[in-house]
Amino acid sequence: MQANYFAKKKRNTLGFIAILGAVTLLAIIITEYNVVKGFTSLPKAVEWGLANFYPTQESLTKLPDILDKLIETLLVSIAATTTGAVVALLFAILGSNTTRVNAFFGGISRGIATIFRNIDVAAWAMILLFSFGQSSLTGYFALFFGSFGFLTRAFVETIDEVSSGSVEALQATGAGYFSIIFQSVIPSSLPQMISWILFMIETNIRSATLIGLLTGSGIGFTFNLYYKNLNYDVASLVVVVIIAAILFIESVSNYVRRAVL
Amino acid sequence: MTALLEVNHVSKQFGSDMKALSDVNFSVQEGEFVSIIGPSGAGKSTLLRCINRMIGASSGEIIFDNMNVMNLKKKDLKLIRTKIGMIFQHYNLVNRLSVIENTLHGNLGKKSTLAGVLGLYSQEEKEQAVNILHVLGLEEHIYKRADQLSGGQKQRVGIARALIQNPRMLLCDEPIASLDPNSAKIIMDHLRNISRTMGITVLINLHQVDVALKYSDKIIGINHGQVVYNGSPKNITKEDIQRIYGSEAEDLIFDVGGIHAS
Ligand SMILES: Nc1ncnc2c1ncn2[C@@H]1O[C@H](COP(=O)(O)OP(=O)(O)O)[C@@H](O)[C@H]1O
Ligand SMILES: [Mg+2]
Repeated sequence: MQANYFAKKKRNTLGFIAILGAVTLLAIIITEYNVVKGFTSLPKAVEWGLANFYPTQESLTKLPDILDKLIETLLVSIAATTTGAVVALLFAILGSNTTRVNAFFGGISRGIATIFRNIDVAAWAMILLFSFGQSSLTGYFALFFGSFGFLTRAFVETIDEVSSGSVEALQATGAGYFSIIFQSVIPSSLPQMISWILFMIETNIRSATLIGLLTGSGIGFTFNLYYKNLNYDVASLVVVVIIAAILFIESVSNYVRRAVL
Repeated sequence: MTALLEVNHVSKQFGSDMKALSDVNFSVQEGEFVSIIGPSGAGKSTLLRCINRMIGASSGEIIFDNMNVMNLKKKDLKLIRTKIGMIFQHYNLVNRLSVIENTLHGNLGKKSTLAGVLGLYSQEEKEQAVNILHVLGLEEHIYKRADQLSGGQKQRVGIARALIQNPRMLLCDEPIASLDPNSAKIIMDHLRNISRTMGITVLINLHQVDVALKYSDKIIGINHGQVVYNGSPKNITKEDIQRIYGSEAEDLIFDVGGIHAS
C-alpha cells in the first residue's frame, strides 16, 4: 500500500517531466526555432549593444524631457494602483467569507474580480484602445483594471487569514457590521494590504513602460520614438532612467514595508 | 434561583448528514458555574455557539433570560449578545491593537454605527476598562499591543473584553486548551472569582476532566452530540466518564481518582 503510494507519486513526476519535454521539443520544431543559433547570437547582441547603445554627452540635453515623461508614467501607475485598491477593498470585503454580507453577493464580487484578474494588462490596453484611443487614459484604465482584479484576490486572502478570529469575537459582543469592519478587519489587515499595494505599484511601473508602447504615452512611447529614429544614445538614456526609477521605487517601498509590518 | 438559560430539544445538523447535536436538554441557574466536557468532535463548540446564535440550531428551543434566542429579530439578537460574553481558545483579539482597545471592543455592541466605526469611547468606559484590567493583573500592559503578550495574558484580555460588556453569562470555548498549566490555573481562578463575586453565570467547554471537576457546580457530559451526563461533579463515576469519553476514557480515569482523593 505504502510502496504503491510512493511508486505512483514517482511515476506521476516522471510522466510530467516527459510531457513537458515533448511539448518543448514540439514547440521548437513547429516554430523552426534554432536553439543553437539563438544562443550563439547572444554575444553578438551584447557586442552591438556596447558599441551603440549607451548615453552620450549630447543625449543628456533630452534628460528634462525624459524625466517629464517618467514622472507622468510614475504618477499614472500610482494613481491607477491606489484607485484600484479602494475599489478592490470594497469588493474584497463583500467577497471574503469572513465579512461577506451573504453568499450570493460574495460569489458575484469574487467572480467579477476573477474576470478582471485573468485579463492581462496588455490585453486591457488593446481592448481600451478602441474606446479611448492612444492616450494616457487608456494606460490608466488598463492598469486600474489589472490592479483591481489582483488586489481584490490578495485582500480577500488577507482578510480571511488575519481577521476571522476577531470578527467572530466582535459578532459575539453584538457589534454591528460597520463597527466590525472598521475596528477589526481594517486594523488587522491594513499592514499586509499596504504591502500588497506597494508590490502592485512596483509591478505597474514596470508594466506601464510596456503599455506606453501600445498606447503611445508615457516613458514607453518616448523610448519607442528615439529607438525608431535610430537615436540609440537617447533611447539608452531612457532605459537607464527607467532602471534607476524602478530601483528607487523598490527601495522606498521596501523601507515603507519594514516600517508598517 | 431561577433558570437563566434553558436548552430544550436542541438539534443541529450540518449539511445533509452531519448531525452535530441531537435532542440536547439542560438548564443553567443564575450564577452557576457549569462545565461541558466530552471528546473532540462531540459538539461542545457547536452547542456553545448555538446559545448566542453564532450558529443557528436546526430545531428546538433556547431560552435565555426569558427570551427565545432562536426567534429573535436581528436587533434583539444583538441586544441579547451584549448580555453574553464569549471567550475563545485562540483569544480572538485584534493583534495589532492595544490591550485597552481590545478591552473596549466589548462595548461595541452598545454603540451607534457612527460611534462604533470611529471607535468613540467615553471617559467612563475607559476608566472601567482600566479597572477591569487592574483586577485581571494587566495594569502594566494597558498600552501594549496584544501580540506582545503571552498566551495567558492574551486570554485575560479576552476575559476583560467580555467583562466590560457587563454580561449576565460567559460562554467559554476551551479557554485554557492552548495554555501551560500555570497560566491555565490563573485563568480558571479568575473565571471562578468572576462567577462568585460578580454573580456572572459561566458556561465553559473543557477538555480536561480534572479541571472541570475541581471548578464546577455542575457537569454536562456530551458524546456524539448527545447529553450523556448532567449532574454534580461529586457524584460522577468511572462509568460516567466511560460513557462521556468512550474509548478515550482509559487515559482519563486516573484524573477522576486523583480529584476525588484530594
Ligand atoms: N461548520 C461546520 N460544517 C460542518 N460540520 C461541522 C461544522 N462545525 C462543526 N462540524 C462538525 O460537528 C461536529 C462537532 O464539532 P464541534 O462542535 O467543533 O466539536 P467539539 O467542540 O466538541 O470538538 C464535528 O464532527 C465537526 O466536524
Ligand atoms: Mg471545540
